[in-house]
Amino acid sequence: MRNIWTIARREYRHYFSSPIAYIVALLTFLTVGVYFVVIVYYLTTQSYYSSSAPGVEIVIGPMATVFLFASPALTMRLLADEQRMGTLELLLTTPIRDGELIIGKWLGAFLFMLTIIGATLVFPLVLNKLSSTGIDQGIMISAYTAIILLTAAFLAIGTAMSSFFNNQFAAFFATLALLVVFWWLLRLPTYIIQNTSINNVLNYLDLNNRFTTLLAGTMSLSDIIYPLSLTALGLFASAIAVETRRWR
Amino acid sequence: MIRANGLTKDYGSRRAIEDLTFEAKQGEVVGFLGPNGAGKTTTMRILTGYMPPTFGSAQVAGFDIISESIEVRRRVGYLPETVPLYSDMTVFEYLKFMADLRHLPNAEAMVDETLEMVQMGKRADGYIANLSKGMRQRIGLAQALLHKPEVLILDEPTIGLDPAQVVEFRNIVRDVGKERTVLLSTHILSEAQQLCDRVLIINKGRIVAEDTPENLQARLVGAEHVVIRIRGEADELLPVIKKIDGVQNAKLQPDGMVEFQFASGADVRPAVARAAIKAGFDLLEFRPVGLSLEEIFLQLTQDNTRKGR
Repeated sequence: MRNIWTIARREYRHYFSSPIAYIVALLTFLTVGVYFVVIVYYLTTQSYYSSSAPGVEIVIGPMATVFLFASPALTMRLLADEQRMGTLELLLTTPIRDGELIIGKWLGAFLFMLTIIGATLVFPLVLNKLSSTGIDQGIMISAYTAIILLTAAFLAIGTAMSSFFNNQFAAFFATLALLVVFWWLLRLPTYIIQNTSINNVLNYLDLNNRFTTLLAGTMSLSDIIYPLSLTALGLFASAIAVETRRWR
Repeated sequence: MIRANGLTKDYGSRRAIEDLTFEAKQGEVVGFLGPNGAGKTTTMRILTGYMPPTFGSAQVAGFDIISESIEVRRRVGYLPETVPLYSDMTVFEYLKFMADLRHLPNAEAMVDETLEMVQMGKRADGYIANLSKGMRQRIGLAQALLHKPEVLILDEPTIGLDPAQVVEFRNIVRDVGKERTVLLSTHILSEAQQLCDRVLIINKGRIVAEDTPENLQARLVGAEHVVIRIRGEADELLPVIKKIDGVQNAKLQPDGMVEFQFASGADVRPAVARAAIKAGFDLLEFRPVGLSLEEIFLQLTQDNTRKGR
């Protein structure tokens, strides 16, 4: 545990000294902010404003899209850079386990994203003030759970890719490609495939599908377990990749 | 204490080291001497728990490098060939990070103490990115010494240092080597001679010689090499030198010099000088040449094959 924390703390601090982290933070607030202002402005100037107050999904939805691109940028250097700089040799000869190293790396990135997610709580607070009835607390918790789980899975996939490649850009694009598959592509075949069992599998694997369900406030166990198992799988694959590196 | 038994490592189909067996005791500085690509780094990476051997086994500080890798790593200080530093950290932050990974009690005091030892105390708050090559090397060494390891493994530690820094570096290593086990690699013969109690010469993944520097020196300097330069054509000098008793292997060098050897203890240099002058040549240069590392390997490998037969 202590080793994981030591590694995570270094990664977390590293983000604050790197431009990428600030770009990611800026991009998130810019995108979410623009969406937020435009939607709130549009709805308040419409006559039916009172009947449908906007929910927290107008914050979380755009955030997920930004994170799809931000996660690979944050994770690409995690292990690829250590390999390039020769510091992986240092870490692998200190008395820490490969798994601790991987989890620590991922946790550092995850904590950084949590910081950004935490800062976006300001939007629901404003929303709460704006609407007469206040926002739905249940949906709010469910939506934030959704984006946190999604981020965990995105970053774990990124961590795995970073341990597969020595090159940061290879890691970036490989991660992006996988995320695009899980986020957008998996559902496309279901429009043409007639076979229900195949479609069920595809729908099951579709991260976007899970996310939308959670965002709507209907929290089911499998919607939570799926991103968690994807996270575990990514971290496991990453640990295996590091272990394999030793044997090469 | 290091005890390696039949270490062999294959990278794909290429065999990097083969059947390395050696020992390094406590309080001993052992030098790994060999040309680039001889397998020094591979051996060190195996001993530090970075990668397992294909065959063979080793104990470091009393623990097995494969089944008790974490215990080994706890007790080993390692300075890899490419000094592993995080340039975005300050010197202090970096060493504190390493101290935390090693669970050192009162880590900050240990960091300060080690920084004093490598004479970098004043640069503790400087960023690693701004350090010179020599300073980076010292921080790398500090990282390896931080936890007062029983075994210190240094891969080409003096590369890129200026002569004054090399002297400092050697003093530190010699100090540490009094109580602990030090294994260091180098391809500089004189460095191994100055620092090490024992030298292992490794070539093409095999140990070709193992001895104290003094004994090795004596074995190698069976014959002394001398070169002579004269004004005018050197080929006229060659027959004159060849006639002198005790001169061996006299031959013309491509740069217009004459090289010859003589057995140690039978110094023929005065006779050669007299003969050259007597024959009317103007003697411009007369100097001994050391054996290059390549020649030493050649000699050692040949010795070994001869003994083997």
